[in-house]
Amino acid sequence: MSIAQAIFEALESLNGNKMRSGLTVLGIVIGVAAVIAMLAVGNGAQASITGSISSIGTNLLFVFSGSMGGGPPGAETGRSGNNDRPLTLSDAEAIADPFAAPSVELVAPAIQGSGLMTFSGETTSTSISGVTPTYFTVRNMELAEGELINEEHLLGRMSVVVLGPDTAVNLFGHADGVVGETVRIEGQPFRVIGVLVPQGGGAFGSEDDSAYIPFTTAQARLIKRATREEVDVIFVQATSADTVPSASEEISNIIRTRHRTPIGYDDFTVFTQQDFLSTFETITGVLTIFLGGIAGISLLVGGIGIMNIMLVSVTERTREIGLRKALGARKRDILLQFLTESSLLSLIGGIIGIMFGWFIAFVVGRVAIATGNNFVPIVGTDAIILSTSFSAIIGLFFGIYPASRAANLEPVEALRYE
Amino acid sequence: MDWVIEARDLKKTYKMGEIEVHALRGVSFKIARGEVVSIMGPSGSGKSTMMNTLGCLDRPTSGEYILDGESVGEMNDDQLASVRNRKVGFVFQSFNLLSRLTALGNVELPLRYAGIVEGRRERAQAALEAVGLKDRMSHRPYELSGGQQQRVAVARSLVNNPAIIMADEPTGNLDSKVGKEIMSLLLNLNKERGTTLIIVTHDPKIAEQTERVIRLRDGELDLSDEEGKK
Repeated sequence: MSIAQAIFEALESLNGNKMRSGLTVLGIVIGVAAVIAMLAVGNGAQASITGSISSIGTNLLFVFSGSMGGGPPGAETGRSGNNDRPLTLSDAEAIADPFAAPSVELVAPAIQGSGLMTFSGETTSTSISGVTPTYFTVRNMELAEGELINEEHLLGRMSVVVLGPDTAVNLFGHADGVVGETVRIEGQPFRVIGVLVPQGGGAFGSEDDSAYIPFTTAQARLIKRATREEVDVIFVQATSADTVPSASEEISNIIRTRHRTPIGYDDFTVFTQQDFLSTFETITGVLTIFLGGIAGISLLVGGIGIMNIMLVSVTERTREIGLRKALGARKRDILLQFLTESSLLSLIGGIIGIMFGWFIAFVVGRVAIATGNNFVPIVGTDAIILSTSFSAIIGLFFGIYPASRAANLEPVEALRYE
Repeated sequence: MDWVIEARDLKKTYKMGEIEVHALRGVSFKIARGEVVSIMGPSGSGKSTMMNTLGCLDRPTSGEYILDGESVGEMNDDQLASVRNRKVGFVFQSFNLLSRLTALGNVELPLRYAGIVEGRRERAQAALEAVGLKDRMSHRPYELSGGQQQRVAVARSLVNNPAIIMADEPTGNLDSKVGKEIMSLLLNLNKERGTTLIIVTHDPKIAEQTERVIRLRDGELDLSDEEGKK
């Protein structure tokens, strides 16, 4: 028998038991739809995260204190109990030296903490950064109104604050016309001198919900550190996106020399935006695999459903198989007949499942937009190919056992079966 | 003589658990081309085993069986399937039609397994016409009476122009009037086409209509009757 004939006969046979075929197909539909939707959500999450990291700026570097790669040789791992030295303002000044680090454009040391802000009864908890004037340039932050922190504020340790737009809304109910108001941060009065333009979600939550005060003010009055020199993060802008690797190398060399770190161990970490990207890609990749894996299990269950139904079908049609054999069907004819049926079940399920999964992804995207998240699920060709081939393989794999059981029936026994 | 069936010392032994059952204990006979033969015997006589062996559904444990010039004893499953397809037509007591298929589809089945595409429909139509079901071709089995269903089965058995038609109690599920019609249809087809007809039955009235009766008792030929000796 030809393949076309086999497919036609299989369709006829599946059509003869619509309810059962439909339910079996449903198992595969749910499995494939789940795989497609989950991978779409995972890919969408990845795209949205990497997209927002990219918006930070491609020539940005972060320098943290502490090592990413375990402790020095012979020492305990972790920050406590070893000789890690914190980053200091002098480190930042050394990095800013155009002769030692020609690839570095701008340097912005910062200390970061959080605190309660109040304005006439409204209270909000927000992250507070002590920054220098370069900070806003390095972070690509733009002013919506008022002025930024300048050298004068810094030198005078003045009680002034630049608000992120969300913080302004939280406190005042609106982001415009708030310059000149006085807010309290941890009980101390600060005069609002400026409000920033919204930037959208960042890698560490929204940068829009933040307050920026002069570095010296923060150090003296709000965010206490062990020494007056100590900083939490040094933001560095490289001269261009191409010089980021060399800037990273130059910064590392400078701090290594200054901190006299043992060879092969750094007590600081230089993070480029590319590092962030790959870190988050790893995380979302694992997330995607995890989601896809769970969905894959439902596909597997669907496959077992196919096997179950095919086994029932073979038992039910034992006499038919006996008759077909009596009429001259060879083993491979019977095998082909049942394999075609199981493959068709999973193929039909796969096609409907792709459409259904697409629909789910679309709905999830709509819900995300409606709830104000910038998140679009992406149905990738890879996901479609993966789930289609996976469901076809499942149909074949779970069809083989019932089909071979049918093919190996003895004609005499099969004809006698009641 | 032109022998279509030559059976020499056929033996068939089954194992049912620990016990060996000797269904056939060495049976030898010949059937000429175009002959109408009935196989009779009480239940347990080896009648079914004989039919299965002659119809190439099963191989003998020992002995030689030549069907239309081909020695069946040593064949593998697929070769047996091919022999059944080309040389044997089956008519069963319970019709054994596929309910999903139309009468025409049922009759086409053996041609499908023979790999015939060209002229398949025409041959199946011709076979249905030969059994008098020209106007019932697109009916499904449940839309047909028992006699009509058995006619479809007869058409299916002869569509491949087989060497023998094996009929296993062909009138067993039919009332006597319709049974007679089916018998006369089978006998007429034998006359017209010269196809060897082997009827397995326990009904003496059916056996009377055949040229020769092969009687079986306890897995051996029962030679107490003259007709079995030929």
